[in-house]
Amino acid sequence: MMRFLLLFSRQGKLRLQKWFTPMAEREKKKIIRDMTTMVLARQPRSCNFLHWKDLKVIYKRYASLYFCLAVDNQENELLALEVIHRYVELLDKYFGNVCELDIIFNFEKAYFILDEFLMGGEIQETSKQMVNRSIEASDMLQEDDNSDWYEVELFG
Amino acid sequence: MSDVVEKTLTALPSLLSLDSQPGSAKLSSTSKLGNLIRGITELTSKHEEEKLIQRELASIKEQVSSPNTSMRQMKELMVRAIYCEMLGYEASFSYIHAIKLAQQGTALEKRVGYLAVSLFLNESHELLLLLVNTVLKDLQSTNLIEVCMALTVVSQMFPKDMIPAILPLVEEKLNHQKEIIRRKAVLALYKFYLIAPNQVQHIHNKFRKALCDKDPGVMTASLHIYLQMIQENPEGYKDLTASFVTILKQVVGGKLPMDFNYHSVPAPWLQIQLLRILSVLGKNDQSTSEIMYDVLDESLRRAEMNHNITYAILYECVKCIYTIHPKSDLLEKAAKCIGNFVLSPKINLKYLGLKALTYVVQQDPKLALQHQMTIIECLDHPDLIIKRETLELLFRITNAQNVTVIVEKMLDFLRVSTDDYTTIDLVGKVAELAEKYAPDNEWFIETMNTVFSVGGDMMQPDIPNSFLKLLSEGFDSVEEDRKLRLFAVDSYVSLLQGEPGKLPQRFLQVISWVLGEYSHLRAELQPSTVMRLLSKLLDTKNTSSETKTWVLMTMTKLCEGAAGVSVAQEVSEAYSSSLDTVLRQRAQELQHLSQDSELRARVVPRDAGLEPLEVDSSLSFLDGFVSEALAAGAAPYKPPHQRQEELAQAKALSLEPYGLSLPISISSCSIADRQSPTLLSMSSGLSGDSTDLSHKGGSTTLKLDGVKRVWGKEGYLAQREPVEETAQVEVPSPFRSPSQQAEADSSHSQTPTPVPTPEPTQEKQQLASSLFVGLSSQSSVCLMGKSESAPQRFRRKAKSPSSSSGASEQISNSLVSAPSTVDNLLCDNLLDTNITSELAVSSPTQTSQLSQSLTTANGTCDVELTDTKGSNHSLIRDISVAVAADPTPHEDPDKPKDLCLSSHLPAELSGFSHSEITPLCSNQSLDLSACHVQQKDSLVLVVFIYNSSDSDIQQILLELDSDDLEVSGVCGSPVQEVGSQSVAVCQFSLSVKRPSVHVEVSGMVSYQLPVGTPQSAQFSYNLPLTSFIRPLTLSTEEYGTMWLAFSHDTKQNLTLINEGQESLAATLNVLKKKLQLHIVEIIGLEGIVACRLLQDQPCLMHCRVHAGTLAVWLRSPVPDLPDCLMYYCQRALQEH
Repeated sequence: MMRFLLLFSRQGKLRLQKWFTPMAEREKKKIIRDMTTMVLARQPRSCNFLHWKDLKVIYKRYASLYFCLAVDNQENELLALEVIHRYVELLDKYFGNVCELDIIFNFEKAYFILDEFLMGGEIQETSKQMVNRSIEASDMLQEDDNSDWYEVELFG
Repeated sequence: MSDVVEKTLTALPSLLSLDSQPGSAKLSSTSKLGNLIRGITELTSKHEEEKLIQRELASIKEQVSSPNTSMRQMKELMVRAIYCEMLGYEASFSYIHAIKLAQQGTALEKRVGYLAVSLFLNESHELLLLLVNTVLKDLQSTNLIEVCMALTVVSQMFPKDMIPAILPLVEEKLNHQKEIIRRKAVLALYKFYLIAPNQVQHIHNKFRKALCDKDPGVMTASLHIYLQMIQENPEGYKDLTASFVTILKQVVGGKLPMDFNYHSVPAPWLQIQLLRILSVLGKNDQSTSEIMYDVLDESLRRAEMNHNITYAILYECVKCIYTIHPKSDLLEKAAKCIGNFVLSPKINLKYLGLKALTYVVQQDPKLALQHQMTIIECLDHPDLIIKRETLELLFRITNAQNVTVIVEKMLDFLRVSTDDYTTIDLVGKVAELAEKYAPDNEWFIETMNTVFSVGGDMMQPDIPNSFLKLLSEGFDSVEEDRKLRLFAVDSYVSLLQGEPGKLPQRFLQVISWVLGEYSHLRAELQPSTVMRLLSKLLDTKNTSSETKTWVLMTMTKLCEGAAGVSVAQEVSEAYSSSLDTVLRQRAQELQHLSQDSELRARVVPRDAGLEPLEVDSSLSFLDGFVSEALAAGAAPYKPPHQRQEELAQAKALSLEPYGLSLPISISSCSIADRQSPTLLSMSSGLSGDSTDLSHKGGSTTLKLDGVKRVWGKEGYLAQREPVEETAQVEVPSPFRSPSQQAEADSSHSQTPTPVPTPEPTQEKQQLASSLFVGLSSQSSVCLMGKSESAPQRFRRKAKSPSSSSGASEQISNSLVSAPSTVDNLLCDNLLDTNITSELAVSSPTQTSQLSQSLTTANGTCDVELTDTKGSNHSLIRDISVAVAADPTPHEDPDKPKDLCLSSHLPAELSGFSHSEITPLCSNQSLDLSACHVQQKDSLVLVVFIYNSSDSDIQQILLELDSDDLEVSGVCGSPVQEVGSQSVAVCQFSLSVKRPSVHVEVSGMVSYQLPVGTPQSAQFSYNLPLTSFIRPLTLSTEEYGTMWLAFSHDTKQNLTLINEGQESLAATLNVLKKKLQLHIVEIIGLEGIVACRLLQDQPCLMHCRVHAGTLAVWLRSPVPDLPDCLMYYCQRALQEH
């Protein structure tokens, strides 16, 4: 099961945080600090995995942005790497050639995509088409609550 | 794709300055958020940023609280607030507005509202309660997107106590027509299952429906729950193996829709999930494993090595193959696969290969041998993570021959590691290996020295404890013991002469203890020299007061001769006015004992470490002091947990209105909180918590730590005892390494870095031969770390039961639970109520005498029952009936069925009084009846299953459940079938979870007739709380200490039985007879009575005759118990 996902820049600025298990505010701050220092200190040509307490941390850098995912100890590291990759693909599909700025300025969209992709710390939907369809459907929602219309879009 | 991102993102700095870049079309550059972000990026200092954000927050605050702000504006404000929080600034004023937005906004705004709530609030935040209604409304909405949002937020943040409120609605969604809703509902239930498994217990059959869902997505989601449930109980789901195999076959064969492909690999997440489930199911189960061999083979074949995701599947496959019952050709293929991982140039795959090797090396050590050169390379890898994983692998293949090299490598790593967690883990492993395989004394002591200095104060406390225990208990040879201790003393003296200020506190404590006990072994070493060295420690600033206490105790043991006494005087003077009370006490002890050598010899005798030591854990010798203080008007002592609880109760009131609609278990959290303060108080001092220490039952084992300052060895009884016990079984033969080996070892231990040889490859070859030395020549058994049969140097001396282990038991008994020792004493007094069956069977003559005396004493003898079995049993039966003190009446002779059923009572229970046998349920073929049997320390519920039909009944399954009781089956209980016209008996042992006046067990029986469909019937069985009450024998002093410790109480005036002068005694005797209480003492107009609720939850009663009534005051550590007992006292007196 996944525990948390953090996105931060090369300068250590947090861009997105998702906690799948309840955690105290202080603990979160400490984790964010630990993760950025640990991950940013990694040398090139090292493996993409780290240990943090009893968790495994899997990180990957996409351009200037680091994706950092913590999972339970018995989880499969390679699979976690693919979770990160699929999320990047989803962002890319939604924003079209995603870059860090898309995520900075539209971070709430990045959260919505994540919520369609993962739920309760597990993969919910792996199909790019499906995730996108549900996000776009909610994006198009009009104020006047026209439920028939988007239902076709979303679930059609 | 990542390349594309790379390109666009490298252009980022230029994007920031120029608005009109193509990529920024979607950046809402004109929005307020855009302005904020832009503003921040332009700033240069943290201080400026803070000022800007504070300004921003102030403006947000003003706008959100303005009544004119529309929901649409609110949405925008929330996004900005989220941004500020992400930067680390608090925006708590916006939390309530986030909830409002989720409540009142349209779908689009609601989405932001829910997002803000899930980012702002954690599960214990009190505002979360306000969200329940919104979620309830949205779950019922016709708008699918709102339902989705509600399910997401529920799985994200709902705590345990809020789940019941929404559970029915989420459950309902399992039948929703849209698969996306069903899938989200299943995942939400999975989350609930993780948080509160008992709350979703009733929907297990619905999970099965989700597993069979026509949508593969829903099925995949349900596998998360199944993996969890199967891990908890693999036996219960073996029947599903074939289904999982079929699903995996279809997935691997590409039968799923294209949507589920990931980089043209069919549903990898699903495949991995299934492989995990299969490995749990097939573990240690040959027949189940056989079902899956084919599909595993196919998985291995189909996964072509071309993409990370196929490696992930292969890795899981390999793990599965090595977990289940082995099959040789699969193992071969898996081994080849591991080889591919290990040899891969990609570092991630190498890492995984090492992990796989670590996993399989215990079964297949040859595999490690095959890859030894790669392992050596990894050991020198610049990436610490790879190094760490390699050490883990080496740890698994350590044996007596390669231990020095491997430990050296581990210590090297420890010296560079900065991560506390890794250090703690690795230090434990080194200590384990050192103790297990140490080749000689010098190496062992020096390795442990490094362990203590590197592990410092964060290592597990059982490491120093078991080390000291090992030193003090010694091994088989007295001479070897002496040498080891002598070496330790020498080594520590030289350490103290160096720079002891740098050593961790734990290590200093170990050093001072060892010097105190064993420095006399080195004859030329003057005690005063040691004392001077130690007093230097006292003057060091960094030395903690706990360490100082250890040092002072050591000095007490050492102060001999004029020189020693003078040092002792000096030190004790300096510390006898210390603010630390423990320290002051030790100083006083030192002062007095150093002056009186005769007394000192008695108090701290040399080499007396192994003498058993009685610890008066209740500190009863202080009772006089306490009662004097109380008499002088001191407030009674309240243990910390009670104070906490009172606080918690005061707090709980504020939640009352909400508690009406939702069952929040406030009491449960207060109980959890309770654990820590008691532990804390233990470490802070022994003196204050006497009452706490003695009567807390279960958790007392932990508190053994608290006694460690007593000078006996018993203080060092670590939890390792059982492990060492098994080690003792092995044949004692101290390991002698070949002479060259010994030389090599000593060179290793003396020079930390091995001498570099000119040829690097040669060096590696050498290292390889020393690392893998045990692997090539020896059989695989030796490599199985744990079941090592090679000789072990530090073997604990075999103990006669009367020595150490006996002593340890003694101590733990007296510590763990006063009631349990009391029980033994109780045995004799209890003869009027219970007789253990053992006694009855082993000595029939005695028993018959007893029975006679008892029957005459009680004056009744039920002859009806002495019918069936041999004389021995009938005797017991006599007792059981005559002795029955249970308030329920005996069987009426006119109930023949009962009578014949009672003959089916299991022999081991027939010596005890049992209640009336009551029918539970019956239909045309089965009759169920039950009774409960009161044993001295348990209550057994006996269920009789009578098959009244003419054919055998099969597959009978009897399940019991209760809110108030803990139900556990007694061996031999699960009945499978009952022959025609015969009776089967099931036994369940019951204990009270939550006292109430009447406790109920509900149950279900399901069975199968030879023809026809499966049938089931439900029933319930009531029993009074009194059947769980047993007398508690204790002394008036014990009663006094316990009374103060208990937090739950109730008071009431009851009617006295009017028999003149002796009315109190008469009343108490009635209570004693009816409720099985124990009268501790009657003093004038007051009486004290004690009983316990099974197993050992005490309840104390204080009675006083006052104005013609009996003022009864009941106290217990268990909530509700006093009230329930009061009810029964009242009834008993009324009925009289």
